[in-house]
Amino acid sequence: MVPTIYNQIDSNRRKTIVLMIAFSLFIGVVVYVLVRALGYQGLGALSFVGLFLIISGLINLSSYYWSDKLVLGLSGAKPIEKKDNPELFRTVENICIAAGLPLPKIYLIDDPAANAFATGRDPKHAAVAVTNGLLQRLDDLELEGVIAHELSHVKNYDSRLMSIVVVLVGLVAILADVFFRMMWWGRGGSSERRGSGILFLVLGIIAAILAPIVANLIKLAISRRREFLADSSGALITRYPEGLANALIKISADQATLKSANNATAHLYISNPFKGKEAKNWLVRLFSTHPPIEERVAALKAMVVP
Amino acid sequence: MWIPLLVVVGAIAIFGVFVWSLYNGLVTAKIRVAESWSGIDVQLKRRTDLIPNLMETVKGYATHEREVFENVTKARSALLGAGNAKEAASADNMLTGALKSLFAVAEAYPELKASDNFKELQDELSDTETKIAASRQFYNSNVLDFNTKIQVFPNSLIAGTFGFKSAEFFEAGAGEREPVKVKFE
Repeated sequence: MVPTIYNQIDSNRRKTIVLMIAFSLFIGVVVYVLVRALGYQGLGALSFVGLFLIISGLINLSSYYWSDKLVLGLSGAKPIEKKDNPELFRTVENICIAAGLPLPKIYLIDDPAANAFATGRDPKHAAVAVTNGLLQRLDDLELEGVIAHELSHVKNYDSRLMSIVVVLVGLVAILADVFFRMMWWGRGGSSERRGSGILFLVLGIIAAILAPIVANLIKLAISRRREFLADSSGALITRYPEGLANALIKISADQATLKSANNATAHLYISNPFKGKEAKNWLVRLFSTHPPIEERVAALKAMVVP
Repeated sequence: MWIPLLVVVGAIAIFGVFVWSLYNGLVTAKIRVAESWSGIDVQLKRRTDLIPNLMETVKGYATHEREVFENVTKARSALLGAGNAKEAASADNMLTGALKSLFAVAEAYPELKASDNFKELQDELSDTETKIAASRQFYNSNVLDFNTKIQVFPNSLIAGTFGFKSAEFFEAGAGEREPVKVKFE
């Protein structure tokens, strides 16, 4: 199949759906096993899960709601007006017109490392930030590619998607934790410890150990797929995938780690801000929020512009 | 005895929901086409608004380039008075050509070229051209979405009943594809 921009966008969306279905099923099974192992069934189980879902939601959604302020604060970004940097402002404006997005708040980060990110729960509450290092290194077409990628994250509601994923991962982590505490301190709820009880106990232990890790891996796989989607959506906006491809090559060649790189926000940046950690090791790649640069560049260069 | 009846009622209900959501989807897509068309207009207006300022700046330095000024003014009036898409497109093309001549003329006046005002206007106009192109691209992407929705099967069967017609892509007119002639006085 010809790897046109449209085909790649469709393929990335399909793969996201597959991942989300697999993820939901996985969460469902794990939660069921853990809750049964704890001795809850039926309506009691539902309210038990519901309680912890709400807790996970409260913990994680607060960061979602204020994700833009949070990340911007952590990175030391300063808002700019048109007169501060007319070229950057115009670039963002024009990409927004081509994408049909309202203009987000624009920020500049004083950091020599080249990177950029976009946050916001929806296009009306979005912000995009770039570093000085990025503006210095990239030319116009490359900068357009990067901005288009970042705005595509906003347009595709990636913040929202990842928040849902994070809440569910949090639920599994909390339940696993509760399970181990209950194991330690004795069982709560109605215990039906017949043959099935022992089975679920064993399954529960396995789940409580492995599930948080597996859930995390699926979350990272979803994050990587959304990066590919942002690449292809951005290419559709600029109609020039080489721009972003060249920008990614330049950014990855830059070895300096971003000063404010932080595990909580790493997935928002265009390129893994923890430089040097992008090893060839498949295990490391499994735990990465971004796909390898070579794969992204290859996918971009393969797009036949319609 | 009730089962066939339930099945028929169920099928009609499902069909009804399908048509309802399809109709709403088509209406939404059509409104987006209209909105993005007016988005192009917004950018075109930006350009026509910048021109009087530009003319005054140039006139301040290059007082004798009457023909070029007249061409720009004529083209601008034509664009403001355009009644439909075709007229707008050809008037837009005329204006682009006239502006190119104007900027070519400015080359001969070093004081004008050096003036900050002129440089700023040049930047603004160049940015406006980019914005016009961006808004056209967005318009075309909405037309693509709308046209696809009404032409695929089974939507095509229903869209015709409701009177939805394909929208036109914004294409360069035959005149626009030819290279623009720049006149040096």
